[in-house]
Formats: sequence, C-alpha cells, structure tokens
Amino acid sequence: MGNRTPLYDTHVAMGGKMVDFGGWDMPLHYGSQLDEHNKVRTDAGMFDVSHMTVVDVDGAGARDYLRYLLANDVAKLDGNPGKALYTGMLNEKGGVIDDLIVYLRDPGYRVVVNCATREKDLAWMNKQAESFEVTLTERPQLAMIAIQGPNALSKTKEVLGIDWTAAIDALKVFQSVARGEWFVARTGYTGEDGLEIMLPGEDASGFWRALDEAGVAPCGLGARDTLRLEAGMNLYGHEMDEETSPLIANMAWTVAWAPESRNFIGRAALEEEKAKGIEHKLVGLVLEERGVLRGGQYVMVDGSDERGIITSGTFSPTLGYSIALARVPANVGDTAEVEIRKKLQPVKVVKPCFVRNGKSVI
Amino acid sequence: MSEIRNELKYLSSHEWARLEEDGTVTIGISDHAQDALGDVVYVETPEVGSTLAAGDEAGVVESVKAASDIYSPVSGEVVEVNETLEESPETVNSSPYDDGWFFRIKPSDVSELDNMLDADAYRSESED
Repeated sequence: MGNRTPLYDTHVAMGGKMVDFGGWDMPLHYGSQLDEHNKVRTDAGMFDVSHMTVVDVDGAGARDYLRYLLANDVAKLDGNPGKALYTGMLNEKGGVIDDLIVYLRDPGYRVVVNCATREKDLAWMNKQAESFEVTLTERPQLAMIAIQGPNALSKTKEVLGIDWTAAIDALKVFQSVARGEWFVARTGYTGEDGLEIMLPGEDASGFWRALDEAGVAPCGLGARDTLRLEAGMNLYGHEMDEETSPLIANMAWTVAWAPESRNFIGRAALEEEKAKGIEHKLVGLVLEERGVLRGGQYVMVDGSDERGIITSGTFSPTLGYSIALARVPANVGDTAEVEIRKKLQPVKVVKPCFVRNGKSVI
Repeated sequence: MSEIRNELKYLSSHEWARLEEDGTVTIGISDHAQDALGDVVYVETPEVGSTLAAGDEAGVVESVKAASDIYSPVSGEVVEVNETLEESPETVNSSPYDDGWFFRIKPSDVSELDNMLDADAYRSESED
C-alpha cells in the first residue's frame, strides 16, 4: 500500500482507477481519460494534487535564501503578496533538481515541489538553509485540489459562496490569496484558466464532493498528463532532470540573469554553457499521420548526425493527432523524422506549445 | 470485473480467437486488455493477403497511455481486417469481443487453436 491523500476514499467511492504514482495511490482516471481531458478543455475538471510537497519558508533570511537557492529571482515578488513565480532549483552543474512554484506569503514564502523528488528536494533545501536565518516547515496535513477549465472559476465560486467571490474575482493569473489554512491560487498545469487550492485535509472530501455536484468533473493523472503536454508544460524527469540545464529545457525564461550581483546555485555553470553556445533545444513535434509519438523515440534532424529524443509524447485529444516534446540539436528545421517501430515517420517541428485556452496554437 | 467469454480461446498476451463457421478465425483483444490500455486511439492491422505464422506480430494497438503489439495466435493468410477501427478505434473499448475485432485469418492448421488457453485458464492467468 502506498501513501494516501485525504481524498483516497472519495476517489475509490467515485470509481477512480487507482495506480501507484511516486509512492502514492492516485487515480489514473474515473472511466475515460479522454472524456476527462475534454471536460477540462470545454468546461471544468478537478485534480487531487495533494501528493505534492508544500514547504513554508520563514525567517529574516528567507528572501536571501530563496534568491540563492532558485534560478528565478524572488525579488520579482517584492511588494506583491500572493504573487507566484515558476522556477528551477539547480545544482552546481546547472542541472535541474526540481521545478517548483514559489508564492510570496505575508510574511514568508510558500514553495510547492514535486512528490517524486520530495526527499532529495528537502535534503538539498535543508542543506542550503544552514547558512541562512531561515526555517523550513513542511505542510503534509494540507490537501491540494486543482480546478481547471473555462468554467473553473465560476463553478468554484458557486461552491465557496459569497465569502470568496470578491477575493477570487480580484485574483490575477499567478496570484494567490490566503485565509486561515485555505490558500487559493490562480495557477495550474493544463493551459486553461483555473485555481489550485490548498486546504486542511479534513475539509478536502466535502469540498471535492461539492465541486462534483456543481458539475466539476473528477479527473485523474492520465488527463493531467495529456493536458500539460498539449499546453507544452514540462514534467520533471521527462523534459528535465539533474543532467539537463534549464537552457535546453525551454526554461531559459525562468533564469533571472539580472541583477548580475545576485549569485544563485548553478549560475556559473549556466554562464559557461551560454558562452560556449547552446547546442540543444526543446521543441514540439506534430505527427499528422496515424500513429502515436512516445517518450524515448529517436528524432532524426537534417544537417546533424546526432539524434534527438522525444521526452514526452502522446495522442492529443484536443487536436486529434499525436504530439510530442523533444530535445533536438539546436539547428533543427521545420521538419524532422521520428523512428516509430523501426519506420521513419515525417513530423512537423513547432514551438513547444500546442493548445491554450481550448484552442490549437500550432 | 472484466468479461471473459467461455466460447473463445486466448493468449496470455490478451488476444482472443474465435473459429467461425466458414473455417476462418477472428482475432481481437480481450476486455481485460482494453481496460488495461484505456482509451484506444489508433489500431494498426495486418495487410489483407499477407501471411502470418503463429506468434508473429500482426499489428499494434495504441491507447492514449501506451502501445501494445498484437500477435497472431494461428498461422495462415489474412482474409479481412476490421476497417471500422480506422475511423473509430474506440470500438475496441466499447465492444472488444464483437464490433471491435481486429482481423480474420484463413488458418493453415486449425489445430493451432488447441495451443491457446481456454477461458478458465485465461481467467486464472489474468487474475494474477
């Protein structure tokens, strides 16, 4: 038996097909992954993401600590409590230990990291914290529910009622608001508008069922993966890992080079990499023929002997054909070939983002 | 629980086979297999007229989640493929034993069916 979130019994009661995910028993789907995917693109769906690790960072040195720990600069959050920032946490070689979101609380910060990387993340964060006046507090008692889709905000407001309506209406994208143990953020991992809500574990089941009654479809990890892939969002362990620099993982925009006076872990290695010239990049692939692109398949690029590799691939329910993210030589053109079951199939090379707000952006 | 039909023969790789009255053998994948794969989005069937040996790769079924090879349980010539699956691969999910069949083969040695699992044997294998 794996770890269970406060919603485990609710998932089972609602017909969730439970699978092991990074040591947690999580729902893969509740019948049809495709239906759940489409519900998020056209209406509203919800995901249990309570397995993710929430860490509060407090103390007089919290800001300095995070400015050293993270490749993006939490100084961008100054004066804007509730604001969120996406960033990589790098090692000295410039590889990605994890990708995460950091929120400015008032006072302090809240960091949300991946569940599969929890132990190494905490070990690294605690080790780096030794030189700062900072305390790290894990918040395992919190549940976390992501509500996503064009109707996510309106249906959530319907459930939370008048007390929350004005607060949610005032929320800008990548902004959060906290009340007691409830923490509501306008963030997500699907390419749709929506909220991610942290709340006490004991409130989770009642809230989930109320959302279900309001017409928010329960969705599993299967749909979560096809949605994030259509949105061109990275998944740790696929698009990046400790051997991969953010500069070749479509995360260059998350590296804050300015101010030059800020040293952060991995900075020297990234500067060296940049000076030498970036040799690879993460692109999107589109296969309009029948068949499905999968992680691990090789990508042949004109003018390069070196093969690229698909980091994540799937059938895109929104587009009706297969898409993938791939790391390829930087000189890639508009087309490439992918080896699928020993046959080479032509693919289009596009920017690594396929669907936004329900529509194709290819 | 997934359905296992008593009148069919099975491979442990989850194909089923049915001997038809005209002597051909129809092949598909079991209810257990379609359930494990999830939403099927693409089916590659063998070419009509091609010759397969028992155990040969005969096609591929791809779901959103994964790809899985389909093996022919008997030797012979492929006489028909289910063209419905090209436009409506989800038929494999909704009707694995009827409308969602994959291909028909004219067997060169019908006794090869005896090498397959009967429903009870397949049931106990897929419960493991």
